[in-house]
Amino acid sequence: MLIKHETIEKNIGLMIILTILVVSFAGLVEIVPQAFQRSTTQPVKGLKPYTALQLAGRDIYIREGCYNCHSQMIRPFRSETERYGHYSVAGESVWDHPFQWGSKRTGPDLARVGGRYSDEWHRAHLTQPRDVVRESNMPAFPWLGRTPLDTTDLPKKLAAMKTLGVPYTDAQIASAQADAAGKTELDAVVAYLQVLGTAIKDKR
Amino acid sequence: MSDFLGGFWSLYISVIVIGGFIGLFILLLSQNKVKKQTGEKVETMGHVWDDTLEEYNNPLPRWWMWMFYGTLVFGVVYLALYPGLGEYKGAYGWSSHGQYDKEVAVAEKTYGPIFNGYLKQPIAVVAKDEKARKMGERLFLTYCAQCHGSDARGAKGFPNLRDADWLWGGAPETIEATILHGRPAAGPDGVQPVSDAPRMPAWGKILGEEKVKDVANYVRSLSQKENIDADRATRGKEIFGQNCAACHGADAKGNQALGAPNLSDDIWLYGGSQTTVVETITNGRNGVMPAKGDQLGAAKVHLLAAYVYGLSK
Repeated sequence: MLIKHETIEKNIGLMIILTILVVSFAGLVEIVPQAFQRSTTQPVKGLKPYTALQLAGRDIYIREGCYNCHSQMIRPFRSETERYGHYSVAGESVWDHPFQWGSKRTGPDLARVGGRYSDEWHRAHLTQPRDVVRESNMPAFPWLGRTPLDTTDLPKKLAAMKTLGVPYTDAQIASAQADAAGKTELDAVVAYLQVLGTAIKDKR
Repeated sequence: MSDFLGGFWSLYISVIVIGGFIGLFILLLSQNKVKKQTGEKVETMGHVWDDTLEEYNNPLPRWWMWMFYGTLVFGVVYLALYPGLGEYKGAYGWSSHGQYDKEVAVAEKTYGPIFNGYLKQPIAVVAKDEKARKMGERLFLTYCAQCHGSDARGAKGFPNLRDADWLWGGAPETIEATILHGRPAAGPDGVQPVSDAPRMPAWGKILGEEKVKDVANYVRSLSQKENIDADRATRGKEIFGQNCAACHGADAKGNQALGAPNLSDDIWLYGGSQTTVVETITNGRNGVMPAKGDQLGAAKVHLLAAYVYGLSK
């Protein structure tokens, strides 16, 4: 033996280093290389960064904890694609920071909810889900429609996204506040939901 | 083209994985001591706790060793058959989307002929087929019930499909076109209607509050008797003729080519109270049926059209 059992047991620093080395083995081959793959780092064709309003909606989506019940990842099984549409691919969420994939589905997956329902439906449904789906157990979010959207931080949010690699132009950042002016939080969430999963045109 | 950015990563993965296998194998061999014979003295690790506690240095159990060797063999076979070593695809050429495509192909082979059989029949015939009705109902509950309700009786702003009152027409082919292309029909992106699509405009600013109330009284008077202001209704009739008849018709019976509702039948999409009708006229309405053709395909839409057609028969 190169290193005696006793040496490791009595040298806690060495033990920590060796433990980390052993534990990180799988990560080194399974996680690290993913940061250097085309399919996981490059956007799918046609992907557009969120507009200022959509990004604001994304933040409200996170604030209200929508991800606690809704995943945004359709797995490549027929049972899922029949209901939700084409399975999700990594290139669709390369500009999502943080991504909203999730794995908890109390409600349906939302990865391709964009365009599935009308704006009016989303308004009615978010304000009081049981007005349109009687069986629904989703909570109502009536305050969204009567709360004006706070756009103060939007330029900073877009700038932060840019540092993370989302290709916003300086003009987009400069006009972010004006682009989302005069809207309610409900408008922002609906705008966000209506763009989800629409980059891939082949939805079948 | 490799999915990796540069050839290094494939090599990196392979070296670590194979190195891990070799390292584990060597580690196992180094521990490969055979059990002592009966009577032979087992060494201790050489340390003593609490005066009496010592630790024997027994060899690892053989069954455990063999299991570990077994996992190594399993791992080698697995990596030969399935992807795992960098870019090497494995002897089976397995991939998750390949497996998905196979699953879909099998389903297509099983269910395709059933769907396509119905697709070839006229909608009115399919609507009478019990099996098709059940298939249609399940499709409806999956894709349509969110707006039209699980009982197909709709909700405020979302049409009741059981009442034989149609906004865009109730002929079988019209229903099918509605589901395929949406209403108003989807524009080039296949989702949103074109910007100049017909819709109920906001009349509040054009007519002013008083005239809106007049028109509301008039259209309600066509199907209701209570809470009607007769004077307003009389004035409203004239305003209706000048502004509303273009879409809703001089007799207010609507125009299905434009999706303009019949206002004389006491069936209300948004509600028939004075308050709601005033709201509708003042702010306009912008109901949209999303196009489902892209998502569902012709065969499913055909079954759905037959199911919906059958609901009001």
